[in-house]
Amino acid sequence: MRVEFFLLMAALLFTIGCVGVLVRRNAIVILMCIELMLNAVNLTFAAFAHENQSMAGHVFVFFVMTVAAAEAAVGLAIVIALFRRRRTTDVEDASLMRW
Amino acid sequence: MMLRLLWLIPLLPFAGFLLNGLLGARYLTRRAVALVACAAVLASFAISVGAVLELHNFAPTPAETDAGSPARFTQTLFEWMPMGTTPEGADLTVRWGYSLDPLSAVMILVVTGIGFLIHVYSIGYMEHEPRAGFARFFSYLNLFMGMMLTLVLGASLPVVFVGWEGVGLCSYLLIGFWYDRMFDETTKMSCADAGRKAFITNRIGDVGFLLGMLLLFTAAGTLDIQAILARAGALGTGVCTAAALLLFLGACGKSAQIPLYVWLPDAMAGPTPVSALIHAATMVTAGVYVTCRMAPLYVQAPAAMLSVTVVGALTALFAAIIGTAQDDIKKVLAYSTVSQLGYMMLAAGVGAFSASIFHLMTHAFFKALLFLGAGSVIHAMSGEQNIWRMGGLRRHLPLTHATFAVAVLAIAGIPPFAGFFSKDAILAGVLALAGQAGSPALLAVWAAGVLTAGLTAFYMTRLYLLVFAGVPRMPEEARHHLHESPPVMTRPLIVLALGAAVAGFVGVPEFLGGGSLPNWLQVYLSGTVPSFHPDSGVIYLSEWSAMAIALLVSVAGIAAAWAMYGRRPLPAPAAAAEARGFVRLIKEKFFVDEAIDALVLAPYRWLCRASAAFDEKVVDGLVNAAAAATDLASQLLRLVQTGYVAGYAFAFFLGTVVVLFFVMR
Repeated sequence: MRVEFFLLMAALLFTIGCVGVLVRRNAIVILMCIELMLNAVNLTFAAFAHENQSMAGHVFVFFVMTVAAAEAAVGLAIVIALFRRRRTTDVEDASLMRW
Repeated sequence: MMLRLLWLIPLLPFAGFLLNGLLGARYLTRRAVALVACAAVLASFAISVGAVLELHNFAPTPAETDAGSPARFTQTLFEWMPMGTTPEGADLTVRWGYSLDPLSAVMILVVTGIGFLIHVYSIGYMEHEPRAGFARFFSYLNLFMGMMLTLVLGASLPVVFVGWEGVGLCSYLLIGFWYDRMFDETTKMSCADAGRKAFITNRIGDVGFLLGMLLLFTAAGTLDIQAILARAGALGTGVCTAAALLLFLGACGKSAQIPLYVWLPDAMAGPTPVSALIHAATMVTAGVYVTCRMAPLYVQAPAAMLSVTVVGALTALFAAIIGTAQDDIKKVLAYSTVSQLGYMMLAAGVGAFSASIFHLMTHAFFKALLFLGAGSVIHAMSGEQNIWRMGGLRRHLPLTHATFAVAVLAIAGIPPFAGFFSKDAILAGVLALAGQAGSPALLAVWAAGVLTAGLTAFYMTRLYLLVFAGVPRMPEEARHHLHESPPVMTRPLIVLALGAAVAGFVGVPEFLGGGSLPNWLQVYLSGTVPSFHPDSGVIYLSEWSAMAIALLVSVAGIAAAWAMYGRRPLPAPAAAAEARGFVRLIKEKFFVDEAIDALVLAPYRWLCRASAAFDEKVVDGLVNAAAAATDLASQLLRLVQTGYVAGYAFAFFLGTVVVLFFVMR
């Protein structure tokens, strides 16, 4: 299979994730969209690793997965804290940190 | 053995200063404070006498004695500034050392001897001070003595400079001793202001001293005074003239010469013993002393010598004229001091250095006596200083009156009192130089000197008559308070009066002594200061007729004063205050203070205000503009911070796109 298909797929996934982050207001959905973008990147890494017959891409994928796990943990913790205080997961409602 | 103790002479007063300064106000009684202060100075005096007597028999090395150099004992205590050597191998290290030779011997005897008498006198004069003030006063006085002795004994210029600045500091502290009192009601000058004025005026001179010192260091490669003087001939006229003039600027500040004399009349804000000790007998003569000390340097610089002569003569005459119309007893004496210091400078300028030191010594006696007598009068009058509210004090203060009269005769130049001989030595020196140089122009300097002598006799007689003679002009209740001062004050007066009467005999001119009575002081000082030979050149006036003319002018001054102030009952103070024309000009001191105010201080204040405005408007303006710009930028920038996560994410997204655009282009 040609690498372009994988790249197209990854670009599609990344765009979905990116648009989701920008337009959705639910914090959990935003986190999920971030995961989507990260996985799009993972797909790109894996595709190039396969194409170039190099292990470096695979190694990066593991790194990204680790970071993604940590990010999800921190992100969810923030969401829970926000929910406890304000009974909402809407990021529009958490807009006190401004001028 | 006393010579080995030379280092103790300045150190003992320092010890007294520390003891009284640290413990005096709290733990010592008045009696203990006075005892410590006086004992320290008396011990210094005793060591000085012993050391000077020993110096007579002291020969450092046979070689030096053979070369005809005078007895000189130098004691190096420690290396002060180890500066290594020049590439040529000359030693640059500055050592802290004291040096005793005939010149410094005369000075330390005058400083410690008269200083001791004034210390004793101060016990009585300052008796009404609270205990803390009493201790402060005596610790300052002792500090002054230590500094003055350091100045006089210093073997290298930096040591002299330390003493020089130290006495300036003490002068400032003591002028402003009553710092919370008003000194001059008309100009709103407080005693603290007077101290500041003295300090700052001196500072101008000190810059000259410092620059002269540095110039000599560069030119001669050493700061040791004897080494510099030994090399003075090899320095060249240009360097010698510049260095001598710079040092003379310092001397002008310290010794109150035109144009830096203005601080001395205002220095009278200090307690009277301070005026006697610092502003008459010792500190103000430091400039004269340094000029005589550096005499071999001055001799190499005729232009500098001429400047010294002219400045000295002008100061002598100018201050004497002002002195004729002052109404404050201490102001008269202050201008008299300025005038007499001009006389000493004049003597140094014409090369009569031993006459200069001779007059310095006799002046120390009679001017200290005059000030202490004035202090006794002020003490009796409960602080009144206007001579128009005195009069007839002869009956109430017999001892003060008698000693004051001796001092007046001495300063007026009436034989056989001290001032006659020293004044005559100076005038003879001027005539001798005029003859040697064949220059009638110097006769004008001589005439100025004679005229000053006449004016001196005039204003001193005027002062004497207004204070002691005639009828009392003070209010009734003040008259009842009149009392002679206690013995602790009058005894120093008596000792000083003896000195003022006989001190002149150490320097009787040769033609008067007829060979049987040598000019002892001149012989003693010869070798230490250069002496010139008056027997060459034109003789304008014989010694006898010159002396007779000077004496006649002095007597004429006395007679004029008696005619104006002695014969008839004097008008009330209010009527006497009015003056017009030239008299008013003299009374207002030729408006010198006002002129300095207008010509120097006013532009200076304008410059200060302009600088302040520049600082406030431009410098501060720039800083404030930068702050305002930052403020404005942040005001604008904070609008970006909306608090909406989606907004931030969008900005982040856009930024990434821009970065990617540039990276991937």
